[in-house]
Amino acid sequence: MKIVVCIKQVPNTTEVKFDQKTGTLIREGLPTIINPEDKNALEEALAIAGPVGGQVTVLTMGPAQADYALRETLAMGAHEAILLSDRAFAGADTWATSYALAKAVEKLGEFSLIFCGRQAIDGDTAQVGPELAEHLDIPHITYVRRIVALDEKTVVVERALEDGYEIVESTMPALLTTLKELNVPRYPSAGGVITAFDEKKVMVWTAESVGADPAKIGLKGSPTQVKRTFTPPVKGTGKMLTGTHKEMVQQLIQELRTKHVL
Amino acid sequence: MAIIVDKNCCVGCTLCVPACPFAAIDMVNGLAVINDQCTICGACIEVCPVTAISRDDEGTECEVCTPESYSGVWVFAEQRQGQMLNIAYELLGEGKKLAGALNVPLSAVLIGSNVAPMAKDLYAYGADTVYLVEDKELELYRTETYTAAFVGLVKKYMPEIILMGATHIGRDLAPRVAGRLVTGLTADCTELGIDLEERILLQTRPAFGGNIMATILCPVHRPQIATVRSGVMKKAAPDYDKTGSLVREAYRSREVKVRTKVREIVKEMGKVVNLEDAKVVVCGGRGIGSAAGFALLEKLAQKLGGVVGGSRGAVDAGWLPSGHQVGQTGKTVHPKLYIACGISGAIQHVAGMQGSKMIVAINKNPAAPIFKVADYGIVGDVHQVLPLLIAALDEQGAPPISLKQADD
Repeated sequence: MKIVVCIKQVPNTTEVKFDQKTGTLIREGLPTIINPEDKNALEEALAIAGPVGGQVTVLTMGPAQADYALRETLAMGAHEAILLSDRAFAGADTWATSYALAKAVEKLGEFSLIFCGRQAIDGDTAQVGPELAEHLDIPHITYVRRIVALDEKTVVVERALEDGYEIVESTMPALLTTLKELNVPRYPSAGGVITAFDEKKVMVWTAESVGADPAKIGLKGSPTQVKRTFTPPVKGTGKMLTGTHKEMVQQLIQELRTKHVL
Repeated sequence: MAIIVDKNCCVGCTLCVPACPFAAIDMVNGLAVINDQCTICGACIEVCPVTAISRDDEGTECEVCTPESYSGVWVFAEQRQGQMLNIAYELLGEGKKLAGALNVPLSAVLIGSNVAPMAKDLYAYGADTVYLVEDKELELYRTETYTAAFVGLVKKYMPEIILMGATHIGRDLAPRVAGRLVTGLTADCTELGIDLEERILLQTRPAFGGNIMATILCPVHRPQIATVRSGVMKKAAPDYDKTGSLVREAYRSREVKVRTKVREIVKEMGKVVNLEDAKVVVCGGRGIGSAAGFALLEKLAQKLGGVVGGSRGAVDAGWLPSGHQVGQTGKTVHPKLYIACGISGAIQHVAGMQGSKMIVAINKNPAAPIFKVADYGIVGDVHQVLPLLIAALDEQGAPPISLKQADD
C-alpha cells in the first residue's frame, strides 16, 4: 500500500510576540515547526503502512529550508520525502498550491491514500486538502477523527461534526484530512534521526520536473491575492477594579447593573 | 513573478522590513533585499516612501473569465436533516448588504430532499430568489453530490459572489466547488465589503494565527467565494410578508460520480453547547487548574442564564470537550456578557471573543493580555473571586436578567 502525506512547515504562531512599544509583530526568530495536524496525518499513515509493509511518501511545497521539516518526518519513519520547491511557486494561494501538489502526486504514480492535516496554523484555511482531491478527481473526507475500517479497496472513517460525527465510507484512492483527536504522533527515533540526516535523501522537484503549467502556479496561477495586511485594532483599555476581592466583586455588580447588563 | 527592489531608488529607510508579514526582507549593505520567504503579497510596496519596490505582475489576467458576465450574490442555505442552520440567516443578513451595495438580487441555494418548505424562511430573512435542487440522493450531505448540484447552478446562473458558512460541511464543500470552478476562496472572513469602483469583494480575515488581519481579493476569477464562521455576521429581523421566486433545478444523478457513502450520523448530546447564540458566556482557561474547577463556572453560568466555554489551553488539558472551545480554532462568540476566568488572553483566544458586548476578566496575573480587551478587570485568584461573585449574585437575587435579545 502506498500512502502520501502532505505537510507544511509553518511558523509557530502560538509563540508570536509583540513589540510592547509599537504594537507590531516581532517576526524574527520565530521557530518553524511541522504543522501540528500534519503530524497526525503522518502518524496515521505510518500506523497503517507499518503492519502491511506499506510505503509512506511525505510531500511538501515550500522554500529550501522546508528540507528540515522533511528530515523530521523521515526520522519519524517516513520512507521518502519530496520537496516541491521553485521560485515559480511563490505567492501561491490554496488553488495554485493544491494544483502544484497534484502534479507532484501524479508524478509519484499509483497510491491508495493521501493524508493531510485538517488545516495549517498559519493560514487556518483547511482548503488545500479538498482542492488537491478535486485536482486529482478523487473523493475526500475532511475532519477525520477515527479510522473505523480499512481494506484494499475501501476506507471507513468517523468524520467529526459540530454536534457529533458521521460514519463515512469511501472507495480508494481517497484523500483524508486529519484532526488531532485521531492519534498521538510518535517521536522521531534516535536511529531515525541519524539516518534521516545521513542516508535518506530528500528529493527536490521543480515546477518543470512535475510538468506544472506555468500559468497555474505561483501568484500568476492564484485566483486570490492579498491586498493588504494590518494588525488588528486594539480595544481601549477598560477599567481595572481595585480593593479587596469582595469590594471588587461589589463594584463589578454595581457597574454591570448601571450598564444594564444585569 | 516577483517583488523587485530598485537598487538605485532604495534609500535604506527599512520601513518595508516590519511591514512584511513573512519576514522576507533583509537589509543588505543598506539596501532592502527580498529573500525566499516572499509570497509576493505586496505589503512592502505600499509602505515604500520612494516607490523603489514594485511587483512585476504581467499576465495575471485570465482569458477564460469575464467578470462582467457574473452577477448577483448567493448564500448557501445549509440545512441538516431538514433543519436550517442559523448561519444561513446570518449570511443572508450580510449578503443583503453586499447585494444592496452592488444593486443586484440576493439569492439562496437550497439543496436537500423535501426541503422546499424552508424557502419561505429564506425569503423572510432576505432572499429574493431561492435556487432549489431536491433529490432523494441529496438527503444527507455528501461532498460529491452537493458539489455537483452547486457547481451546476453556478455554471448556469453565474453569480458574482457566494457566501458559505464555515461549518464542517461548508468548509468541506466550498474548496471542492472553488477547485472545480477554478476560482478563489477565502476562508473564515470576519469582514466583507465591496470596492464599488472595481466591483470586487473585499474579504478580510485573520491570518498568521490571528496575529494579523489580511484583506484578500479575487480580482479576475468568478464567482468570488468566501466562508464565514457562525456568530460573526448578524441576521436581519425576518419579514414573513416578503416573498420571492423559486427556481427549481433538476439533479442529474446519473452524471455524478459518487464514491462515498454516509453510513450513519451520530449525535453526541453532551457536545452540544450553543456558544454562538448565548447571551452570557463564562469561559475558563488554564488558570482553572482542573476539570473539577469548572463546576464553579457552571454555577455562575447557570446563575446568569449563560453557558460555559473554555480556552484552547483548558480544552487541550481535557477539562472540557472541544465543542466548548472559544477562539481562533474554536467558536466565535458575541454574547452580551463574557466573563474570562483564568484566561491569559492569547491573540487566538481574543479573536473568538472580542465581539462580546461586555468583557469581564478575572486573572491573578495583572500583566495578562486579557485585561487589554476587558471592560472590567479583577486581579485575583478565580477560585476566590468566583465564589464571592456567585454569593453576591445570590444576595441580590439576580434574575436570569434582561437577556432576551442581544441584537439591540
